[in-house]
Amino acid sequence: MIIGTAKESYRADEALLTTTPQRIWMAILMAGLVALPFFFNTYWIYLACLVMINVIAATGLNVLTGFTGLVSLGHAAFMAVGAYAVAWLEKNTGLPLPVNLLAGGLLAAAVGVLVGLPSLRIKGLYLAIATIAASFILHFIFIDWRSVTGGTAGLTLEPGRIFGFQLVEYRHLYWLIMPVTVLMVTGAANLFRNRIGRAFIAIRDRDISAEVLGIPILRYKLLSFGLASFYAGIAGGLWVLFFRVVTPESFPLVTSIFLLAAVIVGGMGTIIGGVIGALFMTMVPELLRYVVDFLSPVIPNASLILSPVRTIVFGALIVGFLVFEPQGLAEIIQRIRRFFRVWPFRT
Amino acid sequence: MSAPSDRGATLEVERVSLAFGGLKVLRDVSFKAEAGSVTALIGPNGAGKTSMFNCISGFYKPSQGRVLLDGKDVSNVKAHGRAALGMARSFQNIALFRGMTVLDNIKLGRHTHLKTNILQGLFHIGPAAREEEALRAEIERKIIDFLEIDHIRNKPVAMLPYGLQKRVELARALAMQPRILLLDEPVAGMNREETEDMARFILDVKEEWGVTILMVEHDMGLVMDISDHVAVLNFGQKIAEGVPSVVQNDPEVAAAYLGSGDPAALMRRLQAEEAGA
Repeated sequence: MIIGTAKESYRADEALLTTTPQRIWMAILMAGLVALPFFFNTYWIYLACLVMINVIAATGLNVLTGFTGLVSLGHAAFMAVGAYAVAWLEKNTGLPLPVNLLAGGLLAAAVGVLVGLPSLRIKGLYLAIATIAASFILHFIFIDWRSVTGGTAGLTLEPGRIFGFQLVEYRHLYWLIMPVTVLMVTGAANLFRNRIGRAFIAIRDRDISAEVLGIPILRYKLLSFGLASFYAGIAGGLWVLFFRVVTPESFPLVTSIFLLAAVIVGGMGTIIGGVIGALFMTMVPELLRYVVDFLSPVIPNASLILSPVRTIVFGALIVGFLVFEPQGLAEIIQRIRRFFRVWPFRT
Repeated sequence: MSAPSDRGATLEVERVSLAFGGLKVLRDVSFKAEAGSVTALIGPNGAGKTSMFNCISGFYKPSQGRVLLDGKDVSNVKAHGRAALGMARSFQNIALFRGMTVLDNIKLGRHTHLKTNILQGLFHIGPAAREEEALRAEIERKIIDFLEIDHIRNKPVAMLPYGLQKRVELARALAMQPRILLLDEPVAGMNREETEDMARFILDVKEEWGVTILMVEHDMGLVMDISDHVAVLNFGQKIAEGVPSVVQNDPEVAAAYLGSGDPAALMRRLQAEEAGA
């Protein structure tokens, strides 16, 4: 049982990880991330990369929706902006890959700020509809601006090159995607230790009070949109480096809903929520496929019968979490932490 | 901390009128809150006190008249701009950020004084970390100790009892390093003991911080005990002003609160007001 965490300085008290178990778990996680490509086959590395791309995008959406309280259903479109920007820059300029990736993120951020402009006047569902509208506009631009986006055929990429090293296999890309993900999730976590993140939460919780405290609401809403879109843009950029092709259909509206679901299932307004939400949403369909494979010797035609069932089970899991764990998966982790903190006593 | 006298700001409300369509909420109201004093704005329900507060803090734009802070016209400054000029307020219905801890709520009060930008914020190194640390140390020393809320600093505000939430709201307002503090019913719904605590804190703030305080309050005991100056509103008009003892004995004030007992007189007065307006 931990009866308290005595801190001798304010800096220690406000650190990201305040307890020893937290630090140990984080060290294990980091070691696991470094070790993963050495112990798993290409398929799992592929999945890990996909999860991490979704983690970045979901974390961005979490900043906007979970922390600032602005619902967006256009997040996939910002990913697409990042993807197209990175693809175009990779094809048409000789600039180094990190510069292109950053530029993709910044362009997505600029578009995000533009799309966020109506958020001064509209909130909630109305804003969600406005963001859907924006994503349709972007979709048309991707189809019709052929000279840049390649129309419906989209853009195809050669393997990217970073510091003279060519990123051909998933294994190589893992070493780009993993550090970027760690950096960006840490960045988002840091944000809520200082005035910027606090202002976001203040706007979410009570915008009138925020204004009385001198927080310029529009500026912070736009900042939140810009930041969320920057995350989406980077995620989209990594996505296109990963799949080496982007078309107008690469980021459909369903992707936006998928990301919003990841944030809600994981836990809105917690950094870890975005991470495990994305992990859950990406991995559970895959794991369910393993279950189906496992059952196939027992039940003949298992894959035929169970494939549709898999989707239903996945949907039911989401509904179940919303009903029984409205605070998201993050709340389960909190509960486990509380349990071990006071163990052997009961909460 | 600087000397009390130059901490407080003078607030002048000059002939302010406010109308929502045909409804005249405030009519030609003027009063002044002297630097470093406690001024109370009282009046029966619906007299326009909270509307006056909203005009002062910038949520409503008066249809006529001006609001002056230290002689400077701030009528065209937006609410968040007035905050930066040193105006802090609390709300009648507590307006804390419920999802956040007490500490984060208080820190938000200092928002306009902090400089961390988005890049520093993402990495939380160097200036951002130093600034946060200095802020925390100062809040701990000056505000959390002062208002005796050390035991709840890491609790989410939604879990706190009402009286403590009011105190946290005062703490957040103080974190803004205000020059004038607008308190909208600081002791509403409090029991005797909580009211006395709050009265003590308000007086301490006045003494130690030298902040000008303007409050709306219904608790006449508190108003008469701690204010230096009282302005009385009734139906959107100022009907009396002065030191508590004078206002207390004003027959018109008594009539506003208790009624004159003469319906004909009320009708005459209302008709006269309509004609005059």
